Amino acid sequence: METSIWRALLYLVGLLAFAGVNAAWLGWCERKGAARIQRRIGPCEAGFAGLLQPIADGIKLMSKQLLVPQGVDGIIFRVAPILMMIPAITSMVAIPFSENIGARNLELSVLLLFALASLGMIAILLGGWASGNKYAIISAARSVSQNLAYEIPMLLTVITVVLMSGSLNLHDIAISQQGGFWHWNIFRVENGHFLTMWISFIIFFICSVAETNRAPFDMAEAESELVAGFMTEYGSMGFGLFMMGEYLNIVVGACLTATLFLGGWDCPFGLTPGIWWFLLKIYVLIFTFIWIRWTYPRTQIYRLLNLSWKILIPFSLANLMVTAALIKVF
Amino acid sequence: MSGYWSDIVTGGKSLVTGLAITAREFFRPVVTEQYPWEVPTMTPLFRGHTELIGNEETGEPNCVVCGMCQRACPSGCISLDGKKNESGKGKVLTRYILDFTKCSLCGSCVESCNFNALRFSREYNLASFDKNDFIMDLMHRLEEQNRCKR
Amino acid sequence: MNVPVHLRHDETFVLNLGPQHPATHGVLRVKLTMDGEYIVKAEPVLGYIHRMHEKLAEGGTFAQFMPNTARMDYLHALAFNHGWALVVEKAAGIEVPERAEYIRVITVELNRIASHLLWWAAFLLDLGGFTPLLYAFDDREQIIDLLERITGSRLTYCYMRFGGVYNDIDEEFIAGTRACIKRIRGRLPRLYHDLVTHNIILIKRIKDIGFITAEQCRRYGATGPVARGSGISYDIRKNEPYSVYPEFDFDVPVFDEGDSMARYMVRMHEIEQSMRIIEQALDKLPDGPVMGKAPKVLKPEAGYYYSAVETARGSLGYRLVCNGDKNPYKLKLRSPTFSNLSLFGEVAEGMLLADALAFMGSLDLVIPEIDR
Repeated sequence: METSIWRALLYLVGLLAFAGVNAAWLGWCERKGAARIQRRIGPCEAGFAGLLQPIADGIKLMSKQLLVPQGVDGIIFRVAPILMMIPAITSMVAIPFSENIGARNLELSVLLLFALASLGMIAILLGGWASGNKYAIISAARSVSQNLAYEIPMLLTVITVVLMSGSLNLHDIAISQQGGFWHWNIFRVENGHFLTMWISFIIFFICSVAETNRAPFDMAEAESELVAGFMTEYGSMGFGLFMMGEYLNIVVGACLTATLFLGGWDCPFGLTPGIWWFLLKIYVLIFTFIWIRWTYPRTQIYRLLNLSWKILIPFSLANLMVTAALIKVF
Repeated sequence: MSGYWSDIVTGGKSLVTGLAITAREFFRPVVTEQYPWEVPTMTPLFRGHTELIGNEETGEPNCVVCGMCQRACPSGCISLDGKKNESGKGKVLTRYILDFTKCSLCGSCVESCNFNALRFSREYNLASFDKNDFIMDLMHRLEEQNRCKR
Repeated sequence: MNVPVHLRHDETFVLNLGPQHPATHGVLRVKLTMDGEYIVKAEPVLGYIHRMHEKLAEGGTFAQFMPNTARMDYLHALAFNHGWALVVEKAAGIEVPERAEYIRVITVELNRIASHLLWWAAFLLDLGGFTPLLYAFDDREQIIDLLERITGSRLTYCYMRFGGVYNDIDEEFIAGTRACIKRIRGRLPRLYHDLVTHNIILIKRIKDIGFITAEQCRRYGATGPVARGSGISYDIRKNEPYSVYPEFDFDVPVFDEGDSMARYMVRMHEIEQSMRIIEQALDKLPDGPVMGKAPKVLKPEAGYYYSAVETARGSLGYRLVCNGDKNPYKLKLRSPTFSNLSLFGEVAEGMLLADALAFMGSLDLVIPEIDR
């Protein structure tokens, strides 16, 4: 069954549909969520509650000319937005949506996901550099230093989870947390892990906000400083792909958080585990992303690096050592 | 080092407070008005472009062509002409052109008028692709209004 | 950022900030010479929205210039109205009824609150926070609705007249103003201070950034919240009182730090002080006419006249020269933002781009007022 062509095709179509729907309608969710927080209505004209707005936006973006300004590196300029989308969609292959739903059960899926997550940064770097715009280049340089700084604490906290589950396979990590919320990594009580795991969760969450270039860490896009950062020269679907890539990265980040810390598809009360619980968890996490974005002002690039190097990395290192010690002791 | 820990504690607390505030606002009612569907009430002093006031009975403009509004206007928007009144003394208005492209709605013309001949209209939906649409013939406008009244 | 930076002057590039840029809030252009993200040299370039208002004044009568005053600083238009009314009244020797002066103070202070709220909103937008903007606009909308009811306009007011004001205020306005003050007082601690002022991200972003010394303020002639944030206690309403300001009990908030946070705090406290002034003015509001006796055609005696008012951005001076004609012979404005912006080049040197923009936001620039 694992090798059947139908299975591969079905997952291909399913994952692409999942990615497409999320990339389009998360934009709608973001706008509605922001509007409610700001006590506005948000999109409301296109369809019921503005639900057709993403389609209207898509048609508008697609019907525009893909403008390649003079003096830019044409090939890289065109490739960069695609490069933003590919790793985000590919990551979905390794995500276990439920016990039986998951395209591939890879032994090293955690490693694969983090390798793919770093590729998004390269898309920003290439897009910014190829634009030949000063704002875009500043933005590209920022995004590289930001991603370097946040990958380290993120991986360090993931090691704590891996140490506890003894596996680099997301599916196995999720299975090790089945049977109610007290088994989830974030709330795990046995062996004194309640001391460390919630810290891991907070660090991981902060890092995933920074990794996906979301406010308050949207250094690369900082619209009041860098106009639109690496997207300054992009119009039409070039811009559209960057936007969709951003939302897909959020989805992948939320999936990872849910699997690593929140028990994957497990039900909090030990009943009816299944994909619905997984989806519920990731949308709650995504809403938190939106909620955070519309609450805080943007931080500064050196404050962001300070946060990573001076707070998150020491904390995650200490956390890792304590976890390892606890595992050894018990 | 003391600043380090206090920053983490107070900073973390301030971030949670921020989230709590926006969460509360999330569930409170909307404060915006959906403009084309809900029209806000206009204040009595609303300033649209000016218009002529017609006589209650005859509908003829109250204007006596004294030219005070023309002189008061800071931007030179107003041009008007009159002719000798055939039935008696004074003048009657024959032409009153407001160049609304230059008007800043200061209201000096309305204030300067001693004969109750000018007032602000309640027009606010003014949009056009043609600049000439805003060079307004107020005599024409008054005639239209009189016709509607009848 | 107080880390010493060794700037290399040989590997720099020029970054054009503006005239179209999201952070300049208007058509200001700043030519930045950059070394990476550090600013080596910053030169503000002005003149993109110069409309020669001072020259326009010579072409018309005194009253005809009144609408123009509101179009210079569109955020605190009533203070510009007030300054022009004061200088012409001084020149022509016109008496203003007491009630009219009270109404002037009430409307000017309401407008000052609206201006500070908009500054707060735009400043947070510069720092990347979008939500506070809409909360501030919600409050500002209440003030603008109140002012619209009595002045007839929402932004570019032409409300003051030589010898009084255009329109009297009524009970509904008084009740509305009291309710509005109560509402803003209720919202300030939570939606403004808890959400933003005490937020660690904002504190880290603007504290110890953009130091201006008192000496620099004096050298460049900076006034208003910029000077008061650098420890200079100078407010025309207190130091050279005009109108009926001496009759009110209010404080001039002064902070000694001189950083962007100090200027932020000065403005937040000024909102509270303005509310105090309005409340006292409403309590003491005398009866009487709102328009004094003023000749139809003003022909002030030849001479030099000067009058200054405190706007939301600093001290505004009208220098009027009359030659006995019904037109001003010459008018010169001393506008606060021009001096405040002049500081930018010196202070921004060695700053990071993002910090420089936060600093620029804290100066509260209104570009049409700089260029006039």
